[in-house]
Amino acid sequence: MPVVGLLGVGLLAVTACADGDDGPGAGTRTLTVFAAASLTDAFGAVADAFEEANAGVTVELNLAASSTLREQILSGAPADVFASADISDMTRVLDAGLAEGAENFATNEVQIAVPAGNPADVAGLADFADGDLLVGLCAEEAPCGRLGRAVLANAGITPSVDTNEPDARSLLTKIRSGELDAGLVYRTDVLAAGGSVQGIVIPADDNVTATYPIVALGASAHPGAAAAFVDFVLSDEGRDLLAANGFGPP
Amino acid sequence: MLRASIGVQLRALDLEVDLTVGDGEVVAMLGPNGAGKTTVLRAIAGLQPLDRGHIEIGGTVFDDPRRGTYVATADRPIGFVFQDYLLFGRLSALDNVAFGLRARGASKTDARAAAQRWLDRFSLAGCAAARPKALSGGQAQGVALARALATEPGLLLLDEPLSALDATARAAVRTELRRHLDTFDGGRLLVTHDPVDAIVLADRLVIVEAGRVTQAGTPAAVTARPASSYVAQLVGINLLHGRAAGDRSVRLDTGALLTVADPLPGPDVAIAVRPRAVSLHRHRPEGSPRNAWATVVADIEADRDRVRVTLAGPVGVTAEVTPAAVAELGLVPGTPVWATVKAVDLTAYER
Amino acid sequence: MTIRDRTQGHRGQGHAQGHAPWPILVLAAAALAYLAVPFVALLQRAPWSDLGELVGQPVVRDALRLSLTTAFAATGVSLLLGIPLAWALARTRFPGRSAARALVTLPMVLPPVVGGAALLFAFGRRGLLGGPVYDSTGFLLPFSIWGVVAATTFVAMPFLVLTVESGLRAADTRYEDAAATLGASRWMIFWRITVPHATPSIIAGAVLCWARALGEFGATVTFAGNLQGRTQTMPLAVFLALESDRDAAIALSLVLIAVSLAVLLPLRDRWLATPS
Repeated sequence: MPVVGLLGVGLLAVTACADGDDGPGAGTRTLTVFAAASLTDAFGAVADAFEEANAGVTVELNLAASSTLREQILSGAPADVFASADISDMTRVLDAGLAEGAENFATNEVQIAVPAGNPADVAGLADFADGDLLVGLCAEEAPCGRLGRAVLANAGITPSVDTNEPDARSLLTKIRSGELDAGLVYRTDVLAAGGSVQGIVIPADDNVTATYPIVALGASAHPGAAAAFVDFVLSDEGRDLLAANGFGPP
Repeated sequence: MLRASIGVQLRALDLEVDLTVGDGEVVAMLGPNGAGKTTVLRAIAGLQPLDRGHIEIGGTVFDDPRRGTYVATADRPIGFVFQDYLLFGRLSALDNVAFGLRARGASKTDARAAAQRWLDRFSLAGCAAARPKALSGGQAQGVALARALATEPGLLLLDEPLSALDATARAAVRTELRRHLDTFDGGRLLVTHDPVDAIVLADRLVIVEAGRVTQAGTPAAVTARPASSYVAQLVGINLLHGRAAGDRSVRLDTGALLTVADPLPGPDVAIAVRPRAVSLHRHRPEGSPRNAWATVVADIEADRDRVRVTLAGPVGVTAEVTPAAVAELGLVPGTPVWATVKAVDLTAYER
Repeated sequence: MTIRDRTQGHRGQGHAQGHAPWPILVLAAAALAYLAVPFVALLQRAPWSDLGELVGQPVVRDALRLSLTTAFAATGVSLLLGIPLAWALARTRFPGRSAARALVTLPMVLPPVVGGAALLFAFGRRGLLGGPVYDSTGFLLPFSIWGVVAATTFVAMPFLVLTVESGLRAADTRYEDAAATLGASRWMIFWRITVPHATPSIIAGAVLCWARALGEFGATVTFAGNLQGRTQTMPLAVFLALESDRDAAIALSLVLIAVSLAVLLPLRDRWLATPS
């Protein structure tokens, strides 16, 4: 029965791929780090440095909005380390008893992002109320969305929003391509976007600071390596790498 | 008046057929399946473009590849009755008949009124509201014919008009069809593989085999002197081919020698032998038959109160004998027999 | 006597519904179970006591209204544009026909987000066509309900086109020949013969198209954005709710399932089957 043969081959292929985790040699460990999307570039550098310093460890980054990551962890996703852009998301994980002893490792703040060249001549937060401009925020459910709205509330502005993007990454993409005239993202996002996006600083009075906590998860299969990673992030070297990507000290 | 020279290359079929159909004539194309008869009809209707030749109806050329002329089916003055009738299932019989008139711009009321008159003429008035599914084979055929004639075409084409009917309905519908065809005064061209249909319905036969016309003429002429094995078989005559080997002798293509009664018409001849003229004997007979040969029974087929016994070569003919004779001779396939035919029962004609 | 009865029974059932070989039955049951289990789990997790309150919220009403409106609109556009395309692919011969068919299959193969991105490049504010249109008229597809319709049509229309194309291919063209011999114009043949004969495949294609449009997420969020009341369809609402309010997400999912079943269940087999 050729159909059964085909099924057999298919199943074999799937299991072969699924075991990629353990890698070529018996000694290689893979550390799964769930990190907020805004940490993409920074943690990319951190992961590389950590791998160089720790032979036999591979770091796999799962990057998404902290709220998404939080839900995944609460549903039992196999993560070793959780680095959140938001204290409330971390608190939910701690309250569920999945980890303890989170530490703050970096801070970030909100910035206005506009396409390179600022074609709509956006000057500040007040422009977010302009109905003629195409303006985007992160969705309320994501940390950058909560922060962005807090900033606008501080400034007393009711925005005329055209879209609530699921995460900062998709918001930046639309700003970069010129589909949106302005959006509220993290300072680090603007930095990471390089020349394709320009940032407009928000006055300190209106701005809010995001505090990033990190923790090694209790259910980790590699508790030693997870703790080592957390220590690395908190170390001077880790802090320098974070600062180079625009993050502030905790 | 149809004047057609049809040259079509369609997959394995190489078709080269010339025919004419005069107004007032019913012509039947008769031939085995796959001979290309339906393709001829489709070409005349415009459903199959010609590769070579031309089609002229009523003096107007509708297809001429060399001149680049090609008129679409919808603009040709033809009516077509399809083998499966192809009545539109979602329309009533009345609306089916009215379809062609509506297509030409008639209003619904006018078209339906005309359609009703056609159905009346065909004694199908009661079927007007019925869906095609609910009609009997004969009724469906009548509706299909009425539908084709309602647009008053110059030429009526019919593709195997009776093959969709079962044996019991066939004879009755065949007679009806002949009556209806007689009421139409344009040319009528039909295709059939059934010789009885052809003979009953047509004034003239055109035999088409493997894409070529092998014989044409009135039904009587064709059946009296079949030019090919196909026609001979159809008419139930044995046909043998050979070359003259003397004044009244013929050497068959298979090698056997036969003696005929009349002088031979030419060097290449076809010999017709009626099955009833072939006699079977257990031993070599004495007496007048000039032609006698030993052979073996190849096949036996009972047909009402006659039995057809097919003999093996070198003179492979079919003999027709009584069941009593079969029993008496103890004939089964494989039985050796002697066959005889009188010289006077062999008709030779030029091939 | 017994033997005759047994044969009668079999004949009455029809050979197709007789005794299927058991491995086939086992696999069929497994397939059905695989599809059913996630729904059972969803129902089991559902916040039945709060359901009424959750479902009554404006965000749910807005999302549902948008989903239904855009799904029907996308199906409408797909019928208008898709049936002629299906006819061209099935019945005509033009250079590049196989390339055209490959193009039609493309949105089904590409990740919807890629489709959304491509739509932006074409119809966005700086897009190939969208740019000039915006500059001259101020009209913009993204961030509007029209953008949702555009995105869902893009991913859903191929389902309709391919279904109708295969229906047209399988259709008996001899009836069209018959109509031609009766003098019907090509337009008349198309409306009175081809389309009615293709109705089952048109209905099946429209249903597939509608279902795909209703469930569309990636292209919509990438192209049209996400704003309650304007572009936030049910799938988007569910996706975001999963992160903040799981109960709300489940409630939304149940509403979506209920609406889909309400449309799909009443469809009778015979409307989707080809008439013999």
